[in-house]
Amino acid sequence: MPNLSYLKALNRAIGDEMDRDEAVCVFGEDVGVAVTHATAGLLKRFGPDRVLDTPISEQAFTSFATGAAMAGLRPLIEFQIPALLFLVFEQIANQAHKFSLMTGGQTRVPVTYLLPGSGSRESWAGQHSDHPYSLFAHVGVKTVVPATPADAYGLLATAIRDDDPVVVFAPSGALGVREDLDLARLAPVPLGVGRIHRSGTDVTVVAVGHLVHDALAVAEELAGSISVEVFDPRSLFPFDWSGLAASLERTGRLVVVDDSNRTCGVGGEIIATAAEEMRLIAPPRRVTRPDGAVLPFARGLDLACQPTRAQLRAAVEKAVGAG
Amino acid sequence: MADPTTDPAATLYRTVALVRGFEQRAVELVRAKVVLGGIHPYTGQEAIAAGTCAALRPDDVITSTHRGHGHVLAKGADPARTMAELAGRTTGLNQGRGGSMHAADFGVGVLGANAVVGAAVPIAAGAAWAFRRAGSDRVALTYFGDGAVSQGVVLEAFNLAALWRVPLVLVCENNGFATTMRTADTVAGSILGRAAAFGIPARTVDGTDPEAVRDATAEAVARARAGDGPTLLECTAYRFDAHHTWEHTARPRYRTDAEIAAGRARDPLEIQGARIPAATRAAIDADVAELLDRAVRFACEGPHPDPATALDHLYATGMRARAGAN
Ligand SMILES: Cc1ncc(C[n+]2csc(CCOP(=O)(O)OP(=O)(O)O)c2C)c(N)n1
Repeated sequence: MPNLSYLKALNRAIGDEMDRDEAVCVFGEDVGVAVTHATAGLLKRFGPDRVLDTPISEQAFTSFATGAAMAGLRPLIEFQIPALLFLVFEQIANQAHKFSLMTGGQTRVPVTYLLPGSGSRESWAGQHSDHPYSLFAHVGVKTVVPATPADAYGLLATAIRDDDPVVVFAPSGALGVREDLDLARLAPVPLGVGRIHRSGTDVTVVAVGHLVHDALAVAEELAGSISVEVFDPRSLFPFDWSGLAASLERTGRLVVVDDSNRTCGVGGEIIATAAEEMRLIAPPRRVTRPDGAVLPFARGLDLACQPTRAQLRAAVEKAVGAG
Repeated sequence: MADPTTDPAATLYRTVALVRGFEQRAVELVRAKVVLGGIHPYTGQEAIAAGTCAALRPDDVITSTHRGHGHVLAKGADPARTMAELAGRTTGLNQGRGGSMHAADFGVGVLGANAVVGAAVPIAAGAAWAFRRAGSDRVALTYFGDGAVSQGVVLEAFNLAALWRVPLVLVCENNGFATTMRTADTVAGSILGRAAAFGIPARTVDGTDPEAVRDATAEAVARARAGDGPTLLECTAYRFDAHHTWEHTARPRYRTDAEIAAGRARDPLEIQGARIPAATRAAIDADVAELLDRAVRFACEGPHPDPATALDHLYATGMRARAGAN
């Protein structure tokens, strides 16, 4: 069975969608030679009318894609750095996202924003290490964070086909993940449907993006003593609330691990919703970056701000001990 | 009598009169609190909307600004539904979801007024590029103020449009002010110089003369259709009224009465009105007045939207977001 890397899965999804639908086109810096690999081979396959190297003009090309979408195309934009989303927050949150409602449903803006390398990139320091998915979930932009190659393929394909703007965060911590997969079985994955990677009975760990793999490792470590269910929401907005509720029916205990800042991070929303609406027999816990964190350069300091397996393990043990 | 449906001079006059009258009615409805949130009156700048849209085809598109009523009407939106939109009714262009600053009518090629200064320029550029990619000769035209030429995204869009030769017409409405700031106090260099830096042909046009605007736009549109890329037109005019109707009560002082009087002396309505027979003009005036009476009635009679539908259309896919309370 072919061994598919996460990056290759993203690349296949874009290529397959471009094959399926003439309207799909790609914009981004250096997408022609594919410095991130996500767009490898696409220029040769589809030509410069569909794969456009852009000047370094994020704000203009992000809204350029909005206009192209309103005129019938389905652009995908690749951003080289997650922090560039701060630069184009106006163009996504205040323009693309608002057009459907503000026009009374006269138009749609099917643009996909792809971040191949979000979160810490092993010491790329303050302006290259953000993981700002919570901001997009907060404003209501569809937001997905795939953890595995199959999900990277499936969620990106769905994002491209979706009639609304969708941000796809590919965590740098997941880019190295590989999976033995039957390529013929790669398929779109719906937004808002979580995935249970491992079932368990004592505690549900909701893990976002690359942290799914850490959660699975911790679950394995604890296998003899604590039965951990690992729930991957896959998309943060929309979120699979019923899938989470079903998991908590089984376990009654909740730990969330999320590589974004604590205050107003998506982890807080998951816990609040569980507390309001779901079965909890113990106080929930979360493991996140610190409040307001800016990732420092030195490797040890960078790592000190990211959720660790040890923290997750301690949180799981506390959640169970308190039950 | 010249027939306003066939005589170009009369048709242009009719558009100017319609926009002028619409603005006056809209200001009255602001005072009557039928239109909430106020408006940015377009009075004095009507020749720009009328002249530019006269050079476009129905299948061409525009993007507009916070001061967009004139553009929207000149492109062909129904005045009654436009007024209903200002009044926030379900019968409005956007079903009451957009209001004055977001009026859109995709059916006649209005991709939306936009409340963020400069924001619509790259959107028009993208639409224009998509037309060319589809093999059509449709063009996009985008309006922005003199204040917008200090926005980075506008200049970035100039670069993209010129680099990729997109069929775009860039219309800068230089009405002398960005809110209360004079153009000379906000624009270093010149507006034409902005275009020159990107190799975009540019010229200044008398934006109080509908025919001058139409003719200059027609050249720019022809260039765009021929695949020769964008053109910038700096249309100069004077904003007769307030930046926004809040000024009617707040009364900030940033221009003198003498200056306003001098500005009002070059009135597009009179300039175009003088080009047609008096009888034609009177007939058009009467027709427009009646049309606007009906528009105001239509707007006031339209139903207010049901609060339960507040987030309808939030997602094009029909996805429903969670409620804020339950
Ligand atoms: C990016 C941005 N900054 C500030 C504002 C507030 N604002 C609204 S209109 C305006 C002045 C715009 O001037 P100009 O572009 O010359 O257009 P005009 O109002 O003269 O038509 C300002 C500052 C805004 N809407 N968007």
